[in-house]
Amino acid sequence: FNTCFRTVEPLEYYRRFLKENCRPDGRELGEFRTTTVNIGSISTADGSALVKLGNTTVICGVKAEFAAPPTDAPDKGYVVPNVDLPPLCSSKFRSGPPGEEAQVASQFIADVIENSQIIQKEDLCISPGKLAWVLYCDLICLDYDGNILDACTFALLAALKNVQLPEVTINEETALAEVNLKKKNYLNIRTHPVATSFAVFDDTLLIVDPTGEEEHLATGTLTIVMDEEGKLCCLHKPGGSGLTGAKLQDCMSRAVTRHKEVKKLMDEVIKSMKPK
Amino acid sequence: MEVGMHTDSKSRAETGAESGPRGPGCSLRHFACEQNLLSRPDGSASFMQGDTSVLVGVYGPAEVKVSKEIFNKATLEVILRPKIGLPGVAEKSREQLIRNTCEAVVLGALHPRTSITVVLQVISDAGSLLACCLNAACMALVDAGVPMRALFCGVTCALDADGTLVLDPTAKQEKEARAVLTFALDSVERKLLMSTTKGLYSDAELQQCLAAAQTASQHVFRFYRESLQRRYSKS
Repeated sequence: FNTCFRTVEPLEYYRRFLKENCRPDGRELGEFRTTTVNIGSISTADGSALVKLGNTTVICGVKAEFAAPPTDAPDKGYVVPNVDLPPLCSSKFRSGPPGEEAQVASQFIADVIENSQIIQKEDLCISPGKLAWVLYCDLICLDYDGNILDACTFALLAALKNVQLPEVTINEETALAEVNLKKKNYLNIRTHPVATSFAVFDDTLLIVDPTGEEEHLATGTLTIVMDEEGKLCCLHKPGGSGLTGAKLQDCMSRAVTRHKEVKKLMDEVIKSMKPK
Repeated sequence: MEVGMHTDSKSRAETGAESGPRGPGCSLRHFACEQNLLSRPDGSASFMQGDTSVLVGVYGPAEVKVSKEIFNKATLEVILRPKIGLPGVAEKSREQLIRNTCEAVVLGALHPRTSITVVLQVISDAGSLLACCLNAACMALVDAGVPMRALFCGVTCALDADGTLVLDPTAKQEKEARAVLTFALDSVERKLLMSTTKGLYSDAELQQCLAAAQTASQHVFRFYRESLQRRYSKS
């Protein structure tokens, strides 16, 4: 097709492809972009992961620090996520305080952590009422080409699997914490939440893993976060065109297959990291 | 629009009691709605569900900043103010949900290069806050005369530990629930416009909650209709 047509009438251009049940980049309607993950690349962080979903690139770094546990839950630690969408990743973001999309994404990741119980907060407690771990999870988008929520969820999961916390003992005489950097333990990751995002076109058609351009033309978006038992942690549909219950069912089944794909990829990467 | 004219409309759900403990299963709390109570905004509404109360003002279609203008439709802005404290990240997330729901129903194409601003103030929060915000926003948009393709309503479902469904939960029920699901449904075909959930639940439970929400939304839409009929029949 003529590239002028794509610039002048982007919606019509897309509709022609959708009629043939495919998309301009050659994918099927239910096909994800190539997903790659790289673990442990940041040596200064306690855990890190870089996820690429086609062009969309998100890096997650986890730092662990000490803090006093909350007074209403003295046996719990904290997990504090933050999603940053810097001007580097796309021309639609300006520098300054986080814009709405970054805040919504941060809230979404916080909800996923809370709902899925990926980490039992009690595991982060060192000494009840006195000392606990706080995990600062910083997700930074390096390249924005749509479907940021899926990439962030996957990056967070991979980074948390990579986190190693040193053993901490409280010296009874001095009441100070002693950190043993030689003995490190992995976190106990209880569930593996995986996000699958859809874009709604023209009120009827659902496509999986939208690119930046597709998100802009879509009339609505939907993100489903599922864990390995098929339980849903989050059904995030921020407005947009209406969906029937039947369409939701189709999305669920696609989310289940996506979970299997992602889990397989994660297991391969973790296996390749283990020292032989 | 006549200034100072109030219409107080109260409605009861089929099986619900006016206040106090509800029967098991599906019933909504007592709700009440007042329109046109503020003089400055083009439209305003106050919606009460049990003890949860939200006040909304709508300004529009009005002048829009050149940086925010969209050439072929109206720009919708939503501002949500919590009862105490400064608005934070959670409020931003809710603002996005409400804005996208309104964008799906408001006929923005009839007012290009204008802005429609919806300002919500939480008066009291006793559970099902987001659903109350959505209902109040819809009533305020109607009061302002903004053209819409359908009305929308918010319904909250809570699932407790043994899987019992409770509609329109109170704050206590929400805290003790295993999962809380909030849906926004449109009035024409009861399609799902918006959904946000908290907690873990299965696919089958989701379909069950959605079906219950669709039945409950009929009560809300009937209430909207009665309340508007009462208001316009007086004048």
